[in-house]
Amino acid sequence: MIKFDEVHKRFPNGTTAVHDLSLEMPEGQITVLVGSSGCGKTTTLRMINRMVDPTSGTIRLAGKDILESDAADLRRGIGYVIQQSGLFPHRTVLDNVATVPLLLGWGRKKARSRAAELLETVGLAADAGKRYPHQLSGGQQQRVGVARALAADPPVLLMDEPFGAVDPVVRTQLQDELLRLQKDLAKTIVFVTHDIDEAVRLGDRIAVFRTGGHLVQCAEPAELLARPADDFVADFLGAERGLKLLSLSTLAGLPQGPAPEGGRWELALDSARKPLGWRDGDAAADSPLLPVRALRDGDSLLSAVNESIASPAGLVARVDADGVLTGVTARAEIHDHAGEAHISAGAAA
Amino acid sequence: MTIEWGWFPDHIDEMTRLTADHLSTALSAVFFGLLIALPLAVIAHRFRPLRGFVLGLSNILYTIPSIALFVLLLPVTGLTRTTAVVGITAYTLVVLVRNTVEGLDTVPAKAREASTAMGAKPLRTLFTVELPLALPVIMAGVRVATVMSISLVSVASAIGQGGLGQLFIDGFQRDFPTLVIAGVALTLLLALVADAVLVTVQWLATPWTHKRGA
Ligand SMILES: Nc1ncnc2c1ncn2[C@@H]1O[C@H](COP(=O)(O)OP(=O)(O)O)[C@@H](O)[C@H]1O
Ligand SMILES: [Mg+2]
Repeated sequence: MIKFDEVHKRFPNGTTAVHDLSLEMPEGQITVLVGSSGCGKTTTLRMINRMVDPTSGTIRLAGKDILESDAADLRRGIGYVIQQSGLFPHRTVLDNVATVPLLLGWGRKKARSRAAELLETVGLAADAGKRYPHQLSGGQQQRVGVARALAADPPVLLMDEPFGAVDPVVRTQLQDELLRLQKDLAKTIVFVTHDIDEAVRLGDRIAVFRTGGHLVQCAEPAELLARPADDFVADFLGAERGLKLLSLSTLAGLPQGPAPEGGRWELALDSARKPLGWRDGDAAADSPLLPVRALRDGDSLLSAVNESIASPAGLVARVDADGVLTGVTARAEIHDHAGEAHISAGAAA
Repeated sequence: MTIEWGWFPDHIDEMTRLTADHLSTALSAVFFGLLIALPLAVIAHRFRPLRGFVLGLSNILYTIPSIALFVLLLPVTGLTRTTAVVGITAYTLVVLVRNTVEGLDTVPAKAREASTAMGAKPLRTLFTVELPLALPVIMAGVRVATVMSISLVSVASAIGQGGLGQLFIDGFQRDFPTLVIAGVALTLLLALVADAVLVTVQWLATPWTHKRGA
């Protein structure tokens, strides 16, 4: 666990970047620091690995005041990922990843074999190791950045807008990968972003900052979305706050009925009973099917609301893990359920 | 002006010896120049206020005429190769210091920061990140310094340490143009070969600068 206790940072030029911050970042969880540009997120993050030292207050890592450790030793036990990855342009990808193991004196051979293993872990092909960073795409570079931070298996990972410079599709992939990795690794991750959607997707806890380095609210995503502490947080969460909350719950509990028969809309299935599309009984027999996006139990309530609106029949097709139809759920049922989800998230908070 | 081609085959040994002397004086100067310039440049780069002072000092050395510098050194080091090397070293500083400082300026801040944040101490960051990344610009300076030194060695003929420059002096004194031509041609050739070698070394030492394609 990382514990900030009344931490204040004032730079020599008089800027207060972090204002009396008390905050706990629980072990094995992702704590996201979110807020608009200049509100002190990076400074907060960099105080953890002593790239910046606080003006006053204490920061404890696993119970120990970080100022008591040697800065270089402390840093070798904390992974650090920055935007555009900060890779070393003159080292091959493999040697980039091997950096910290080499610093720790593992020896070249062991460091490189560990690096090769990590490239695989983050989903890069083995031959990427021989390349130089500029020979990779932006998304691949970020993966290398993550692999490099994980190389010596540090318990703590600091990530400063690591996916800020890649396009939205790749960003979503990288976020998914991070969540997948985190399931196995259970690192204590502090993740900085200015993107509230990213915060909601990734965070076990979200700390919202306001300009001047003030922490406004720190809560689990559902609580934050259901009960923002004040107008500032509510504004920051945006007009789609309700929909964002739906992205946090799944369809799992929603009842389903049999697919409609005999009405205007029928669900066309293939021989394995996988949905193909909606057939319009009022249209000519050879007109094309209208698209269906069948959902699994693990899909979010938000995608169900979306599909219920997009579906011409007003029904959401539900499938099992293999894509085989299990039933349908009506629009009205989904909307009722969504409203209840919102209320119960608020009540739990 | 006629060239006596017959002179060449008879003087291969002499030409070889003078070329070797010439090269060794020039390379020693570049070597010592680097030895002095690297720490000076690192300090000037790290402590901004010293930058103007260090660059200014190396500029001032450069403005002293070379003959005058050799003469100034005579009482200390005499008519020795040391005098030539010390004098020429002083001249190499102007490009070596400047290019090293500029090379260090080109190092991306993110790379330096990443190195520190991963727990490298400052000297390790300097040797494993900053200097390698500054290498292309430093090497450009080394090339200029080497060619400059090769041409300056001839001036050290004035103190009897001129290498191939000795050939021009003898050629003028004996009114024997073949020697002058031989001296000029060999100096030129030496400079071209040295530069080609350095380009190759740089190419081999900085593979990341010429690997293309995403
Ligand atoms: N080294 C520094 N010296 C002076 N001011 C700084 C320094 N680093 C950051 N700041 C200022 O501190 C404030 C917070 O910066 P930062 O932590 O980078 O914010 P964020 O990461 O949330 O965008 C900003 O006003 C910024 O200009
Ligand atoms: Mg920032």
